[in-house]
Amino acid sequence: MASKELNSTDYIEHHLTNLTYGKCPDGTWSFVEVHGKSQVAGTEASCNINEMGFWAFQVDTLFMSVLLGVGMIFFMRRVAKNASSSKPGRIQNAVEYLVTLVRDQVQDNFTADKNPLMGPLALTIFVWVFLMNLMDLIPIDLVPWMANGFTAPNAEGGAIHYFKVLPVADINAPMGMALGVLILIHYYSIKNKGLGGFLAELTFQPYGKWMAPINVIFEIPGFYAKQLALGLRLYGNLFAGEMIFILIALFFGGFFSSITGVLAGVAGLALNFIWAVFHILVVILQAFLFMVLTLVYLQQAHEHH
Amino acid sequence: MNFNATLFGQLLAFVFFVWFTMQYVWPFILEALEEREKEISDGLEAASRGKRELDEAHQKKIEILEEAKKEAADLVNQANARANQLVEDAKSTAHEEAERIKVSAQSDLDQAAKRTKEELRSEVAALAVAGAEKILGSEVDKDKNSQIIDQIAKEL
Repeated sequence: MASKELNSTDYIEHHLTNLTYGKCPDGTWSFVEVHGKSQVAGTEASCNINEMGFWAFQVDTLFMSVLLGVGMIFFMRRVAKNASSSKPGRIQNAVEYLVTLVRDQVQDNFTADKNPLMGPLALTIFVWVFLMNLMDLIPIDLVPWMANGFTAPNAEGGAIHYFKVLPVADINAPMGMALGVLILIHYYSIKNKGLGGFLAELTFQPYGKWMAPINVIFEIPGFYAKQLALGLRLYGNLFAGEMIFILIALFFGGFFSSITGVLAGVAGLALNFIWAVFHILVVILQAFLFMVLTLVYLQQAHEHH
Repeated sequence: MNFNATLFGQLLAFVFFVWFTMQYVWPFILEALEEREKEISDGLEAASRGKRELDEAHQKKIEILEEAKKEAADLVNQANARANQLVEDAKSTAHEEAERIKVSAQSDLDQAAKRTKEELRSEVAALAVAGAEKILGSEVDKDKNSQIIDQIAKEL
């Protein structure tokens, strides 16, 4: 890895650290301090991540997810504006294929009365999550290197020392989306079944109302676990995927120093290729799963038991 | 890996993107899609209707052709019958004519033969009288012996 000695632990830790901007206990807002210096060159950091608590923003996560999201809606909007039924272009064809796929999923999994939110919601989830997942396939050191002013992250000077390009490997991103789904599930449950009906579903099943306490013990964790798992599943899969990429990247450490380093690097290239090919599947599968499960849970929120 | 305000930042971004998609993307693409689906199904229906009509027209064509053939055959038959009739008529007319000519020729012939016979008879009678006059040396009174002469003439 370049100029200064960097051992494996530091390298992994570096790749797992988000660029964070937050409020320190003394009331000042700053970037996080790591190893005695601020994450961004030329700024003062007054505390580390553990001292920040709730009021902190993972700047890289938000930047990447919003960037991808904005790119998505600009692209989609352009297609939608020029959409014609008689002369679809290549891009419109591709987007229509996507929309048809999502529409079929909505029709298969969401059999309740037509809800105009379901299609757009499913499409947004699928495309956005897919794009965010796709960031995992960018060479792992490329974006941190660019963020640091085209120098290795541990080099002196530089610009932004920490930058994680994969937003879904930060638990806040998938859980933020899962939180949105959770709110929708509560909203539609109460809207369709009434507050009483919703609570009854959680307390009077499966053993009838005289067993209400036991029902609650069964139902409440089940109800919330599936919604929690929605976000954790995405996070876990992509975090693990990225972790493997980081570990594979360690193979390249000694590429220019010795013959064994070269051999390890070649093995690393092969491994990286295999894992990337396999990961294409994970990337699209997890986006698809998030979409389908959202539809299934919302369908349950519309059902009467 | 810390839960912090990023969670809500992400939630807000999520809500905004869903809202935008719902407002400005989904309906337009879906509209184009459904319109095309309708156009295609209409087109297919029109095609099958056209095919059915073509089949019907084909069937009708065959029927008309069949009828025309039958009519033509009838006409030919009639014409043949008529021609035969004409030939028959002509034949019988010719036959009759020939018969008539034959009959009249026969009667002419008969008459001529009869006349010749009469002439011969009278000439024979005259010859017989002349012969008898020469034999008898006298004149035979024609008026007196005419009965005999007639009888001889008749026997000839």
